[in-house]
Amino acid sequence: MNWEVIIKWLPRLAQGATLTLELVAIAVIAGLILAIPLGIARSSRHWYVRALPYGYIFFFRGTPLLVQLFLVYYGMAQFEIVRNSALWPYLRDPFWCTVLTMTLHTAAYIAEILRGALQAIPRGEIEAARALGMSRAKALFYIMLPRAARIGLPAYSNEVILMLKASALASTVTLLELTGMARTIIARTYLPVEIFFAAGLFYLLISFLLVQGFKVLERWLRVDACQGR
Amino acid sequence: MNIDLYGFGPALAAGTLMTVQLALSALCLGLVLGLLGALAKTSPYKPLQWLGGFYSTLVRGVPELLWVLLIYFGTVSLMSKLGDLLNIPGLELSAFSAGVIALGLCFGAYATEVFRGAILAIPKGHREAGLALGLSKARIFSRLILPQMWRIALPGLGNLFMILMKDTALVSVIGLEEIMRHSQVAVTVTKQPFTFYMVAAIIYLGLTILAMIGMHFLEKRAARGFARANQ
Repeated sequence: MNWEVIIKWLPRLAQGATLTLELVAIAVIAGLILAIPLGIARSSRHWYVRALPYGYIFFFRGTPLLVQLFLVYYGMAQFEIVRNSALWPYLRDPFWCTVLTMTLHTAAYIAEILRGALQAIPRGEIEAARALGMSRAKALFYIMLPRAARIGLPAYSNEVILMLKASALASTVTLLELTGMARTIIARTYLPVEIFFAAGLFYLLISFLLVQGFKVLERWLRVDACQGR
Repeated sequence: MNIDLYGFGPALAAGTLMTVQLALSALCLGLVLGLLGALAKTSPYKPLQWLGGFYSTLVRGVPELLWVLLIYFGTVSLMSKLGDLLNIPGLELSAFSAGVIALGLCFGAYATEVFRGAILAIPKGHREAGLALGLSKARIFSRLILPQMWRIALPGLGNLFMILMKDTALVSVIGLEEIMRHSQVAVTVTKQPFTFYMVAAIIYLGLTILAMIGMHFLEKRAARGFARANQ
């Protein structure tokens, strides 16, 4: 193991890691915002409300992220309308394409987590809210969503870590995030083991920090207090 | 869109076959690794527990793509040294075997947790009953624990298999001729990226649906002694 090389390229890898963090942060936050209406619609009682989010979730969970990324980054350019639209400067840029794809991808998974959480709320709590005279919308916003957030938080933290690892795919569309940076450095130094090892350590470190962060968040939201009914 | 996909239909079919082969091979390796990992994690010996924990934590904390790249590019010098030792010049890992090892490693790390959960879910009394009957430790595992584990672990393993099947797309990065690679080639020739990546997406969706149907039957079969008790 050539430690000097690792130390020499550490700053560049850290630079890649910041791009990784940027991608993941935007994707999981925007994905969460998108997933809330999707998840609520997905758990609706009416089939015509359920159908569309179901199809969306089925497509995004049933195909590899790499295919979705290539569909957005390379595929969009096939259409004249897209190339002439005002959004073209963004859809031409690998960063925005990756952010868009990761957001759409993770939103499908988070929507499914949210549906599971909404269905796991004890019926009595919803009935109690309705019995107190809350409207359905009010019960949803003040009782069900806060409750579902606490039930779904552990699964959401898993999803964030999965997205951290999925962000490595951004290197296939020329983005220099952690994996992309590692591949660039290897092209120059021909030392794959050392550089990939260092990149792997970065991923482990980031996921460790994320796990600790979610532990703090769980304590702050008092998730464990909600478990004992 | 032509139905023969500009003549790339047969290539994509060959790619689909390759993807299925890759997924099934990685599944075999992953199941073995997962079972070993779970046994290590639940064993009474501290070093083994530590080893199992180290394996599942390390592999799950690093992206699958990085494993694929590391195993393919990182073993070049190692394999050539091994080749010199065995007198085989130019010995190297093929893209297929690198893909199987990398995906099997990742599958195994997650399967470790699934199997561990299954082992812990089996009532302690079953093991004690085996001991009381005078069965050896290996016998207890193969005759009592393993058959029961299968039913409990199956849903988790099914999820992992679907993730594995989608992860096979990553192996296209190191040049294995599976669905994604063939689509990329078709795109460079025809300049129809959306069409071909959409076709690839539909093939993956079809494979996922097939896997779901297969899992449904396997789960039904595994639960055949339990159907009445659950109703």
